Amino acid sequence: MKLDVMLAGVGGQGILSIATVIGVAAVEAGICLKQAEAHGMSQRGGDVQSHLRLSTEPIYSDLIEKGKADMIMALEPMEALRYVQYLSADGMIVTSSAPFVNIPDYPDSGKLERELDSFPNVVKADVAELSVQAGVPRSSNMMLLGMAAPFMKILSPEALRRAVSAFFAPKGEAVVEANLKAFDIGLEMVEK
Amino acid sequence: MLNKVLLLGDEAVALGAINAGLSGIYAYPGTPSTEITEFIQENPLARERNIHSRWSTNEKTAMEEALGMSFAGKRAMVCMKHVGMNVCADAFVNSAITGINGGLVVVAADDPSMHSSQNEQDSRFYGKFAMVPVLEPSNQQECYDMAAYAFDLSERLKLPVLMRLVTRVAHSRASVVTGPLRNQNDLSPESDSRHWVLLPGIARWQYASLVEKQTLVASLSEESAFNRYEPSYSRLGVIACGIAYNYVMELGVKNVLKVSQYPLPVSAIEKMARGCDRILVVEDGQPVVEQEVKALLGAGFKVEGRLTGVLPRTGELTPDSVAAALGLKSEPAYAPAENVAPRPPQLCNGCSHRDVYTALVKVLEDYPQARVFGDIGCYTLGALPPFKALDSTVDMGASITMAKGAADAGIYPAVAVIGDSTFTHSGMTGLLDAVNENADITVIISDNLTTAMTGGQESAGTSKFENICKGLGVDPAHLKVVLPIPKAMDEIMEVIRKEIEYHGVSVIIPRRECMNTLNRRLRKQKAGK
Repeated sequence: MKLDVMLAGVGGQGILSIATVIGVAAVEAGICLKQAEAHGMSQRGGDVQSHLRLSTEPIYSDLIEKGKADMIMALEPMEALRYVQYLSADGMIVTSSAPFVNIPDYPDSGKLERELDSFPNVVKADVAELSVQAGVPRSSNMMLLGMAAPFMKILSPEALRRAVSAFFAPKGEAVVEANLKAFDIGLEMVEK
Repeated sequence: MLNKVLLLGDEAVALGAINAGLSGIYAYPGTPSTEITEFIQENPLARERNIHSRWSTNEKTAMEEALGMSFAGKRAMVCMKHVGMNVCADAFVNSAITGINGGLVVVAADDPSMHSSQNEQDSRFYGKFAMVPVLEPSNQQECYDMAAYAFDLSERLKLPVLMRLVTRVAHSRASVVTGPLRNQNDLSPESDSRHWVLLPGIARWQYASLVEKQTLVASLSEESAFNRYEPSYSRLGVIACGIAYNYVMELGVKNVLKVSQYPLPVSAIEKMARGCDRILVVEDGQPVVEQEVKALLGAGFKVEGRLTGVLPRTGELTPDSVAAALGLKSEPAYAPAENVAPRPPQLCNGCSHRDVYTALVKVLEDYPQARVFGDIGCYTLGALPPFKALDSTVDMGASITMAKGAADAGIYPAVAVIGDSTFTHSGMTGLLDAVNENADITVIISDNLTTAMTGGQESAGTSKFENICKGLGVDPAHLKVVLPIPKAMDEIMEVIRKEIEYHGVSVIIPRRECMNTLNRRLRKQKAGK
């Protein structure tokens, strides 16, 4: 069994924390993992992407081949669209629906939404707004992970939830609780 | 039970070095190499063992400090991004002539595709140039294993060993099985230090012995477990170097020679050539191996790769480009999306460099002939909209020296913009040139108290800049410190204008802490309460 995920977002949104939490869960479950990430210049408010590969068999390539990703997980809708070439025919897009506009020529939001909806398997929600409403504004990335969890198969939602706790534990109990709350909201949203 | 940890390639190199008895890491931050040193700075065993890990001022000082530690008999590692090799090249090349005492491993992290760099030079050329062994790990486990192997190899050959990483190994995470701990070397300088004194008479002798050593260097490469030929009946042979091996194996290709140690294992290549009629060389970076294999097998044998266009000549390898070269590429299910715009990196909100550029651009509206020479760091982003403030960015320190040369030629105003860490890295000597000729330049040292671009490492000159400039001979009347905040815009503009009007060397230091390091510090304080 394998799961190739393209993680996407804007520098500072918390893409790499999602990757690390999944990494913690994978190690715990004894699953092979490779995760290539972007550092340095690309992080300064620019687009950020991470190739995340999970498999029960050893993995060679650090990067996902175009057309082979099982999922795009994105914290921003245009960033989700940026990587559709990587998506397999029946791949899923799990994304935040809220545009993050920090460039002058950001596409028309109606057109962007229509193009996103034209893909067969899309799960989206405004996790930025929902996390503010839930009183956990800094945890929208974990809400997205919760939304993606039921589709990840190779790792159970329970395993991911444990990894959220483990990853945030050094930052104190309040931070753990906030992130678990966000994760659960995301998970319930999709399971309904 | 095996000890398994999830590590970036950089971190795996670092942990491998610690466990191999490292006594000092010497480095200047540079993407994608920074995490090697940072890992050692945070590692409990490294602290317990008192491993040196403070940042050096530049790659040359780092290389020489490491060489000094090797002289003393201890194991030292130097790491840098690929262009850092240019900075330390003098010391690096000559360390192969002197030879080493304690193991010396030089790690160069190349950046094909220039994710965070100004070129994609291939450090394997430096290994060839200096005539030292080069190791090129294909995955994170090899990053770990090769650290200990490199130190042993270095001490056996009495030569520095170069380890070449690429971004996709350095910044990719995978689980790594760790090995046993080795003790650090004792202090043991050689009693006969003649070979360290490169007077021509001694250097000639040393160089001849380096050349003689090449037979052993080559035979160790032939025997290396990191080079592996798995012959299989096929008319195509594939030579896969470093990370390229992963892309090739992912596709299930047979008849593959894995190369992770150089000089090239010549006999394996000759063996492969006898059994096939075409060889594809898959290597990340420049066509180093392709050229060598072509020369080895002669014009009659078909060798393909980046030079023949089977693989793209520029940019990093991808699973897609390798699949295409092997004729195994299938069309992706979806075409690129239409509603996608580029999202380039930009200066953070509230960043002090923003205020500096706002002021500078405003003032220069009155000087249409002005040229602004930039440098390497976050502030290089001032070249992009909305500021479009820079006319050049070349290499560390080039802002001041290019401004001087341009002023020599008659350009006025000639302005240099350089960051605090870049100034101490390579800007100070150029400023001395300018002072000695009283060049008509205005230098802005935009001081945010850190090496920000690479994530906020300590900056060697913090709190010393006024003294450094005065010491180099800058007239104190034309050395100005300003606070770059929007409220003080009129004052900053006034200072810039006055110093441009002064026909000599002026230095303006806008100083305000980087927003990222400030926020991190405040969060830490809050957590501490």
